Amino acid sequence: MKMKRIALAAALAALCLCGCSSADAKKERTEITVLAAASLTESCEDIEKMYEAEHSGTDLVFSFGGSGALQIQIEEGAPADIFLSAGKKQMDALVDEKLVDSSSVNDLLENKVVLIVPEGSKAEVYSFEDVISDKVGVIALGEPSSVPVGQYSEEIFGYYGILDEVRAKASYGSDVKQVLSWVETGDADCGVVYSTDAQNGKNIRVAAEAPEESHSRIIYKAGIVASTAHEKEAEEFMKFLSSDECSDVFAGYGFSSVGGAG
Amino acid sequence: MDYSPLVISIKASLISSVIVFVLGVTAAWGVTAMRRGRFIFDTLFSLPMVLPPTVTGFFLLIIFGKNSFAGELLSRMGISVVFTLKGAVIAAAVVSFPIMYTTARGAFDQVSRLYSDAAKNLGMSGISTFLRVILPNASHGIIGGLMLSFARAMGEFGATIMIAGNIPRRTQTMSVAVYTAMQSGNRELAFRWVLIILTISFVSIISVRLWNESLRRKSR
Repeated sequence: MKMKRIALAAALAALCLCGCSSADAKKERTEITVLAAASLTESCEDIEKMYEAEHSGTDLVFSFGGSGALQIQIEEGAPADIFLSAGKKQMDALVDEKLVDSSSVNDLLENKVVLIVPEGSKAEVYSFEDVISDKVGVIALGEPSSVPVGQYSEEIFGYYGILDEVRAKASYGSDVKQVLSWVETGDADCGVVYSTDAQNGKNIRVAAEAPEESHSRIIYKAGIVASTAHEKEAEEFMKFLSSDECSDVFAGYGFSSVGGAG
Repeated sequence: MDYSPLVISIKASLISSVIVFVLGVTAAWGVTAMRRGRFIFDTLFSLPMVLPPTVTGFFLLIIFGKNSFAGELLSRMGISVVFTLKGAVIAAAVVSFPIMYTTARGAFDQVSRLYSDAAKNLGMSGISTFLRVILPNASHGIIGGLMLSFARAMGEFGATIMIAGNIPRRTQTMSVAVYTAMQSGNRELAFRWVLIILTISFVSIISVRLWNESLRRKSR
């Protein structure tokens, strides 16, 4: 019994030691820490591989989370070099606090809002205006007060002048993934999500894409954190992010590049 | 499939459980032996249990971030906590400490004072009374507390993602991997992680139960 306990303690101590030392192992490459919105996870993992293959001196370290949480981390002095925000609000706040260099901020990409229906649906929905037809019983939307895609949905239906009719048959989800699930399972006859969600969805079809003028645009922002110690490497990676090569990766996950200058 | 979140979760939870075991049992015994003012410490030490983990994580970020005195001191010594495994261990430890503390307090309370008084009368020192009389008598409760706090550490999410971040292959634990997979629409991966977490919880709870049972039989 006693032997066993000693062995266990030794094993734990060994684990502690290797746990603490492994983090300090690879230090020759310059580490660039990128705080990225969670919706960029898969595209960033692809980009990391592409970039590190070309720039052997740089080690990209991504940490993913909600844009608001990432903003708080930067405000509290977490060691970060680049911020990729899913919202303009979070980036603007950091620029105001002088924590992100305003001259470095640019538009990274754009997300579109789409109307989706279950595959093989008989509701005959081909446009946002079709939602008010009698064949649609329930439409899944994001809760407008707390879910951004819910606010965009309200703007779009307001643009078509059918907001009251739509509200009458809306079922509100607590986040965009829930809206997607309801349509995937067929519990809702249609729903409004981002085109990136639709790209990942199963058993659904995109019925319509919201026209650009119908809602405020959803722009992802990129910026360099003011306290970075690796400005040159950060700038180089920012340049890469706006390259065609990167746009192709983002497009593969349903994002669009930002049209026009700025 | 990349299994690094499994390794990171187990590492962080094991290290945090060792820390929480030592601190929790010591604190519980210290408070049990106090003559007055116990309720103050009971409240103070249980605080992380009532706070939402994200709030705990936010406080930890403030404490260990570069803007604070502690964070600055640590970074001068070359120690970084934010975005490292150390951060994940601290998050898990803070969140699971109240569980260890509360169960150990309960276990110590149930050991009759007569035993410790008898040991003292027979000339045993304070520390050896604790180690050889009180601790063995409270062991069932303490093992239970250790099991619960390990499980809590494995499931920790809110405080972890705040202070340790979500860096794949470095600080991404299993719970954080589930969140990331869900957020990026990779439902299959999320379910696979959920299955692994369930299996580990199931096996570890059952084995501790069986072990505890066999100890009980031996002591009879």
